[in-house]
Amino acid sequence: MSTGINKLKKGWLVLILMTALVIIAAGCSSQSTTAPTGDELSGTFSIIGSNTVTPLTSVWAEEFMKMYPKVNIAVSGPGSGAGIAALINDTTNICQASRTIKQQEIDQAKAKGVEPYEIQVATDALSVVVNPANPVSELTIVQLSAIYNNQITNWKEVGGNDAPIVVLSRDTNSGTHVFFKEHVVQMAGLPTADTSREYGSKVLFLPSTEEGVSETAKNPNAIFYPGLGYVTSEVKPLAIKKTTSSTAVLPSVATALDGTYPIARPLLYYTNGEPTGTIKTFIDYCLSPEGQEKVTEVGYVPLK
Amino acid sequence: MLKQASKATTAMSLKKGLQRRWRLGEKFIESWIFLAGVLTIVVLLGIIALLLKEGLPIFLDTPPWEFFFGTKWYPVSEPPTFGIMPFFVATFWVTLVATAISVPVGVACAAYLAEVAPTKVRETVKPIIEILAGIPSVVMGFIGLMLLSPLVQSAFNLNTGLSGLTAGIMLSLMSLPIIISVSEDELRAVPDDFRQAAYALGATRWETIRHVSIPGALSGVTAAIMLGVGRAIGETMTVLMVAGGALAVPVSPTEPMMPMTAAIASGIGNAVRGGLQYQALFAIGLILFAVTLAVNLIANRVLERQKRKFAR
Amino acid sequence: MRAGAISKRQLSQRTAFSLLIIATIIVIVPVLVIVLQIIINGASAISWEFLTQEPSQAGKAGGILPAIVGTFYLMLGTIVFALPLGVMAGIYLTEYAKENWFTRSINLAIINLAGVPSIVYGLFGLGVFVLLFHFGMSLLSASLTLACQALAMTVTTSREAILAVPREYREGSLAIGATRWQTIRHLVLPQALPGIITGAVLAMSRAAGETAPILVVGAAFLLPGLPQSPFDQFMALPYHLYTVAAHVPGMPKSTVWGVALVLLVVVLSFNVLATIIRLRARQRRFNA
Repeated sequence: MSTGINKLKKGWLVLILMTALVIIAAGCSSQSTTAPTGDELSGTFSIIGSNTVTPLTSVWAEEFMKMYPKVNIAVSGPGSGAGIAALINDTTNICQASRTIKQQEIDQAKAKGVEPYEIQVATDALSVVVNPANPVSELTIVQLSAIYNNQITNWKEVGGNDAPIVVLSRDTNSGTHVFFKEHVVQMAGLPTADTSREYGSKVLFLPSTEEGVSETAKNPNAIFYPGLGYVTSEVKPLAIKKTTSSTAVLPSVATALDGTYPIARPLLYYTNGEPTGTIKTFIDYCLSPEGQEKVTEVGYVPLK
Repeated sequence: MLKQASKATTAMSLKKGLQRRWRLGEKFIESWIFLAGVLTIVVLLGIIALLLKEGLPIFLDTPPWEFFFGTKWYPVSEPPTFGIMPFFVATFWVTLVATAISVPVGVACAAYLAEVAPTKVRETVKPIIEILAGIPSVVMGFIGLMLLSPLVQSAFNLNTGLSGLTAGIMLSLMSLPIIISVSEDELRAVPDDFRQAAYALGATRWETIRHVSIPGALSGVTAAIMLGVGRAIGETMTVLMVAGGALAVPVSPTEPMMPMTAAIASGIGNAVRGGLQYQALFAIGLILFAVTLAVNLIANRVLERQKRKFAR
Repeated sequence: MRAGAISKRQLSQRTAFSLLIIATIIVIVPVLVIVLQIIINGASAISWEFLTQEPSQAGKAGGILPAIVGTFYLMLGTIVFALPLGVMAGIYLTEYAKENWFTRSINLAIINLAGVPSIVYGLFGLGVFVLLFHFGMSLLSASLTLACQALAMTVTTSREAILAVPREYREGSLAIGATRWQTIRHLVLPQALPGIITGAVLAMSRAAGETAPILVVGAAFLLPGLPQSPFDQFMALPYHLYTVAAHVPGMPKSTVWGVALVLLVVVLSFNVLATIIRLRARQRRFNA
């Protein structure tokens, strides 16, 4: 009988703990999105958004936390759209994005009292990859658009094997999805530009860049568009021709920097208003020479 | 003498006071218990209320007919279109595949465990099924991605193993434990007298199972199947990882597709609170909730009736 | 009948039984394959560093300590909210509630809550805890969300455990003058405790494996530090497995299987614990 009472005492303890927790929760204001300030660098802040930028942000965060052990940075995906939504919902401090914020989103943000502030942190050469066994080595933007619109469905139509094209894409969470749609599928900037063109209905929308690369490495007929930092020896990047008469350019740090690669894009951070305090120090680090060195290590293109 | 009397009265009033406080304290605890009981209703109503509040407004933008039967889902285009037929049909396909596999296998296995298997075999098999029930859905999705998808791709000569078929097979593995355990319980609930009567008439064990046990437990087994179906409809991670994610209305289960659960999971990160995509995703959640609710309600009704049928 | 001849009915029985056995084998084989594959492929990644260090180089090196810790925090948070409420609701339903429409609605609510898809719980958590209550993407929001999901289970198991206490015990207690609450507190609850704890452990195991709700409420991909307060973000094993499930470039494949192995071990060990508690309690009741 006495053991029963002891166990019951434990039960009351749990109840008290729970009540205490709720009281603490009610008492504190939600701290997680207040930018920490202060002389000795400390605090926690979160960076949510692009899957493309995540590997870069992770490396920066890790280095920064080594320099300032009291700082805690939480990095999350799964996509630029998610990051921008989080910024607007005020559930993150920094949004990492692989596409620019749209006017519609800026309006939504302002309506909620958020002022998006844009900082470019790196550049990416958006690569189009196929399986290494695929004989096709180059494509024009028009051809890519037709493939992703399901108009060209067989590899032989672009000089490859007689096999159906398995068209892989990221889902709507991804900034890469949106950037690719505007600049490749809709061919922005070319005479054939068509703003009403969409991804075809046979395109597979995958939840992560890793899954796309993995599937392309396994599937001889797949095609996908990861950021340069995700290209490994298991997949083969294609050389892209802006028009049929231009030269075909492979994606690389050099070709992105000198502008010859036709699908290069900025990688961005967005904050609510100009950054201050620890967050400003972090972003200053990312833009500094040491920070930019990390960009090449990860596989992306530094700002200079 | 008087001192003793007054001591007694003080003791009496002290005790009465303590008892009153005791009873008040007890009333206090009892009111908390009552509130806790109410809590379950509060949570359920809260879910319904939230889904309605955030999801219904989409129908101001897209009329219900267009929402349900539309085939184009472009939430980030300008203007955005919201048609969920591809998701609905995809859920249908993966559930169909999952059910087609898990029902015959599950009921047969349940029949074996309940009627035929020697006790030692049953004691060994049941824990294995419990392990299957315990494997988290993300692990199932991972296994589907790593092991099953390449197999399906080569076996059926598909472009990619990421398809409704792969998802359906993994889902069937997840529905099996519940179908087996509930069916087994229902079969064992059929009174033994029925079986003995059949044996007395000269029936073999199989004939008894086939003509006595299974018909006797039929509604219960049906309920078990429905619970399994409910599980398959509501599963998210597995289908998110292996079903393929294509937006076309799938005409065959071997196509890559995106069931309703995956549609919500892949879009919710992107959605700004209160925006059109947010509303549309909550609306899908509402439909999903309604469907699984209906399935579970019917299944539980049937099980209750079965319990009463054989209660002594 | 000739000796040795098999009648048609016997034959059909043998065929039928073989089919039933085949069905059972079809169920068992995948389980063994899955578990063995995870163990074989993941074992090479398991090391003391893997389990106790924080990830570095975007998760390609180092360990998964924050994910393990985050998962345990989630389990704790879930049970802290779901267990007391579940037990109290169970007590209410068995000891105090009368047979009326109100009680029936509560029972109905529990059945329905058990069947709600996990992604819908995720939406609920997002709308209510993250946004409405302004708890943000945090351990608190995730725990509360998972607790709502666990509530149906804790109420049901508590209710069944309390119902299993024989009526005579209660009547005996009331006969010697104890109040209803005293009877519950000193007699019924202690007797029902093993069943209640079994339910709690199972709920924790479920919380450890859930991905969809925390995907929506926002688990982090990389959080090298450990969460310091309930308002911090967190890493968790199932979400970590999801994000690395397709081979991250540069990440050794065994690391991914390793995460799956750790998650499986955590979930299954809690299941085994629950089973042991249940069996031990049954033994004690037998011997008593």
